[in-house]
Amino acid sequence: MKEDNLNIKDPVLSIRNLSVAYDKGSYAVKDVSADIKRNAVTAIMGPSGCGKSTMLRAINRMHELYENIETKGSLILNGKDITDMPTIQLRRMAGMVFQRPNPFPTLSIYDNVIAGYKLNGIRLKKKERDDVVERSLRDVTLWDEVKDTLHKKGTFLSGGQQQRLCIARALAFDPEVILLDEPTSALDPVATSKIEDLLVKLKENYSILMVTHNMSQAARISDYSMFMYLGELVEYGKTKDMFTNPKDRRTEEYLTGKFG
Amino acid sequence: MNSAAKITAANLSRRTLKDKLFKGLVLFLSLITISPIVLIIYKLVEKGYRQISLNFIIKTPPNTFEAMTAVSNGELIPGGIANGITGTLLMVVLASVISIPVGVITGIYLYENPGKPLANLTRNISDILQGVPSIVLGLIAYMWIVKPITSGFSALAGSVSLSIMMLPMIVRSTEETLKMIPQSIKEAAVALGVPYYKVILRVLIPTGFSGLLTGILLGISRILGETAPLMLTALGSSVINLDITKPTSAIPLLIWEFYNDPNMVDLIWSSSLLLMGMVLTLNLVSKRIAARTK
Ligand SMILES: Nc1ncnc2c1ncn2[C@@H]1O[C@H](COP(=O)(O)OP(=O)(O)OP(=O)(O)O)[C@@H](O)[C@H]1O
Ligand SMILES: [Mg+2]
Repeated sequence: MKEDNLNIKDPVLSIRNLSVAYDKGSYAVKDVSADIKRNAVTAIMGPSGCGKSTMLRAINRMHELYENIETKGSLILNGKDITDMPTIQLRRMAGMVFQRPNPFPTLSIYDNVIAGYKLNGIRLKKKERDDVVERSLRDVTLWDEVKDTLHKKGTFLSGGQQQRLCIARALAFDPEVILLDEPTSALDPVATSKIEDLLVKLKENYSILMVTHNMSQAARISDYSMFMYLGELVEYGKTKDMFTNPKDRRTEEYLTGKFG
Repeated sequence: MNSAAKITAANLSRRTLKDKLFKGLVLFLSLITISPIVLIIYKLVEKGYRQISLNFIIKTPPNTFEAMTAVSNGELIPGGIANGITGTLLMVVLASVISIPVGVITGIYLYENPGKPLANLTRNISDILQGVPSIVLGLIAYMWIVKPITSGFSALAGSVSLSIMMLPMIVRSTEETLKMIPQSIKEAAVALGVPYYKVILRVLIPTGFSGLLTGILLGISRILGETAPLMLTALGSSVINLDITKPTSAIPLLIWEFYNDPNMVDLIWSSSLLLMGMVLTLNLVSKRIAARTK
């Protein structure tokens, strides 16, 4: 993108010249730079296949799970280059929520919330564990719904509840930033609006970066918006400004439904 | 144009008739398919149930003379097949101890490296192994174990031949089970910073556990009745033997021995009934597990 005139001070995350290629030489994300505001909701929009998920997944180094994916540029989280951090530390700081709710099918609701501790072998006292579980479930407004069935399998919950459980699982680590990839696209309108309310509430304590296909959702809950097209970051700004007065023709066309 | 009008009454009744014929044929063929198993079970129960008792499980077989006396007096043959039961259990357990870890780890390797040449080679070899006649596996275990290691027929050699037989089934079921687990579950764990080996051990294996168990149980039920490889390896024994370096009996070996002794024929049926019962139980249990996880 061009000159970054947003002037975001003390960003939670700085993306610098990020490029990602699945196949040699063909970049799904091209030279993206942006600073992400702390304690705000930032939405990433753009037509299907423009590289939104690819960019989001670069932030917690998810691409390392697969061979042959090339990542260039740098990502600075809380002042530290993410490639200098052990993956466990990075992923504690950058929690991820996926498009489809994916609680661990073998674990109870309780164990799903503290899965990050359990699976990594981080020992907590019973009291601490109980506290983490209750705090995280309260944060996602799921506590009252499940507090009597904590030992049932997480997969018994409804889709919307499962997604809130997955957000709780990310919150249990007390992350700096929460990365969400179309977290409501598999949910019905009621469950969606619950999650939207939740994200607005969560930004008091966390920074939120969310991919969404849904423009009205971006307009409703995000403070800042990015518009990506063919792997490039075309426009980035305050959501209000972008929706009322888009600078780039492609952004305008997308927002007015001319394509996408 | 109106094709519905073309379906006349005659036409319709011919269709119904065809339909009925077809249904009848399907039913008939299904009956043919299930009849052998029904007949087998019926025959085994009819001829074998009388011998089944506590003694049958805790005693070793009688000698020819005792059996002959009993048969000529019109009594039940005394004794049982305890040596065969313990031998079969010993060798099946040992074969599982060998093939489960090797098979599961190989299956994980294949799942993790689907396209690698070594993985493809392993997969092909495993498939070929599945088709190797069991007597050949017996020969191999004879060469590997009987001669160089236990200097004689042994339970260990029997177990090795059985474990080679089980191995491809476990490799396959492990790989297939892991493939069925959604990628999103794996990514959920990775996104929590869980190191890769722990993702496999603590997320993928527990998630696919019932699939793995089904494969293992089917593998066991497959080797329970194997006779040929044991003839060249475990040989047989008239007493209960728990020393893995010594010749050992097994239920199928005993059935073969009873067949060769005209006085013991009645024991064939009861031994087969027991063996069949074990195999069926394992099959039913594994089907149950598989069904419950769907
Ligand atoms: N695993 C992969 N291997 C190869 N190419 C991929 C892979 N994943 C994505 N791509 C390609 O990279 C580009 C960007 O994909 P990405 O999933 O980031 O898009 P997206 O903006 O998230 O789209 P959507 O809105 O449909 O989720 C696409 O052209 C896609 O085909
Ligand atoms: Mg996407």
